[in-house]
Amino acid sequence: MPNTTDLQVHLAKLYAIWLREFKVFLREKSRLVASTFTPILWLFVIGSGIGSTVSVPSAPDLDYQKFIFPGIISMSIIFTSVFYGSYIIWDRKFDFLKSVMVAPVSRGTVFVGKTLGGMTNSLIQASILLVIGASIGISFNPVFILQAVAVILLLSFGLTSLGLALGSYMYSLEGFQMIVSFVVFPLFFLSGALFPLDNLPAWLSVLTAIDPATYGVNALRTTILDIESNNLAADLAILTAYTAALGIFGVYSFRRMKAV
Amino acid sequence: MIKIRNLVKRYERLTAVDNLTLDIEENEIFGLLGSNGAGKTTTIHMLATLLKPTSGTATVNGFDIVHQPAKVRESIGIVFQAPSSDDMLTGYENLYIHSLLYSLPRSIRQKRIEEVLELVGLSDRKNDRVKTYSGGMRRRLEIARGLLHKPKVMFLDEPTLGLDPASRETMWKYIRRLVEEEKITVILTTHYMEEADMLCNRIGVIDKGRIIALDTPTNLKAGLGGDIIRIKTQASNAEEIAKGFDFVHKLEYENGFMVLSVKDAKRDLPVLLKQIEAEYADFTSPTLNDVFIRLTGRNIKEAPEGGFSERFAKYD
Ligand SMILES: Nc1ncnc2c1ncn2[C@@H]1O[C@H](COP(=O)(O)OP(=O)(O)OP(=O)(O)O)[C@@H](O)[C@H]1O
Ligand SMILES: [Mg+2]
Repeated sequence: MPNTTDLQVHLAKLYAIWLREFKVFLREKSRLVASTFTPILWLFVIGSGIGSTVSVPSAPDLDYQKFIFPGIISMSIIFTSVFYGSYIIWDRKFDFLKSVMVAPVSRGTVFVGKTLGGMTNSLIQASILLVIGASIGISFNPVFILQAVAVILLLSFGLTSLGLALGSYMYSLEGFQMIVSFVVFPLFFLSGALFPLDNLPAWLSVLTAIDPATYGVNALRTTILDIESNNLAADLAILTAYTAALGIFGVYSFRRMKAV
Repeated sequence: MIKIRNLVKRYERLTAVDNLTLDIEENEIFGLLGSNGAGKTTTIHMLATLLKPTSGTATVNGFDIVHQPAKVRESIGIVFQAPSSDDMLTGYENLYIHSLLYSLPRSIRQKRIEEVLELVGLSDRKNDRVKTYSGGMRRRLEIARGLLHKPKVMFLDEPTLGLDPASRETMWKYIRRLVEEEKITVILTTHYMEEADMLCNRIGVIDKGRIIALDTPTNLKAGLGGDIIRIKTQASNAEEIAKGFDFVHKLEYENGFMVLSVKDAKRDLPVLLKQIEAEYADFTSPTLNDVFIRLTGRNIKEAPEGGFSERFAKYD
């Protein structure tokens, strides 16, 4: 049974890992600008461009731009979180990780600390987008916002874990490109961020059902727009299960990762 | 302080560390001297619990490196061959984060950080990003980080690699000072002969993963058979007089010089010169490089086949 001082010591280590991530995030402004700019571009260009020709059958009153807004938030979370995780490749390349692993810190702590860093990052970006959402006529109330934040944190925990886990198996930055092509884009395109999931061909439905981001998109749509799926509880349950599984996979991967 | 027993690290194709057995005493500066790819870094990584040995054991500060890694980590500080601080952060921030990782009590955290910064002479640059540091400053920051938690043992993997001669001497000064002031045991690796000679109490010469010689620098050099004295003289009885001394092992002529092998030229030369009317005299002492060549048949700069230098090319 750990006593309070043990717990404090543990939390201090966790805080240390998080703090480093957060400071680097604050200083890498170009990263933040670039990864916020792309979703905004999607929201306004794709949102208005495609929105001028299509409407969403299940919600005919809703314009397309509003429809994809939760999807665009998810997009930013997917990209930011998975990338964030895979920056572990850099940490290893530049030996920073070695200096952490030679300290008396468990791999699990390093993992969770980094994940918290990724979640912070995602939350900040999503918040910027939520504010921008007001400009396209999205209305918020405090309950929705709290729900949305919960979904954002869940989704980004899971996807940062995924990025960290994958990154821990890779030794070169070329591996990064693989993650982008084979993980980030499929997660995004299959999540239903850009299209409703009601009338998809069977093969696509199966794929979207496998994609953990689908449940994040759905849940966000439900909370922010109050449409699409009315089974928020089911979405959250599945998302939580995915997140837990990815978290476990991440800790496992970190434990078996070679230090040098 | 460190006991290494039959330590082995084997990679698919080669044995990087081959049955190493070694004891390192408390409060000494021990040097692992070897050329590129000799197995120095691999040894340090195993002792620092970053790499699992293929077989064999070692204890550091009484703790087993395989079974008590957490205890070992609390006991050691380490400076890696390549810098490992985060260069987006300031020197102070790097140290602060590590002070948390090493659970320094809140009350002494700041004081201790200032102390180690002072020790390595970085106090006035502590709030600058590490990005803006020179190579030597980075290395000193790494030393400061390694010292934060007052480790019992400090590993320094090529602490002066890539430093200019002046910074190298400053670094030696810091290392000596930290052994005096912090009372710790230092294990350093190097392929600079001079460094091993000037800094280390004892040296283990490592080649292809094996320790092939282990002694103080003085004894290693003495093992080569002492100093060489050259004398130029017209005196016809010079040879006779020289041969009369016990300390002269060998006498030859070379380019008009009389060449004598003696045990300790600093003591023996004045004695000789009292008896022999000389026009010119000098002497040379064997260097560790001579020792290395004798032991391995190579100069230390020549890597054994398949050297590992490429990987660290950027620092060499
Ligand atoms: N991960 C690895 N896989 C395979 N071989 C390795 C690995 N790491 C090191 N080696 C090999 O082990 C040997 C010892 O390497 P090590 O890094 O310990 O040498 P070193 O004495 O530190 O050399 P240097 O002076 O170049 O730093 C080398 O032949 C190297 O190629
Ligand atoms: Mg090395």
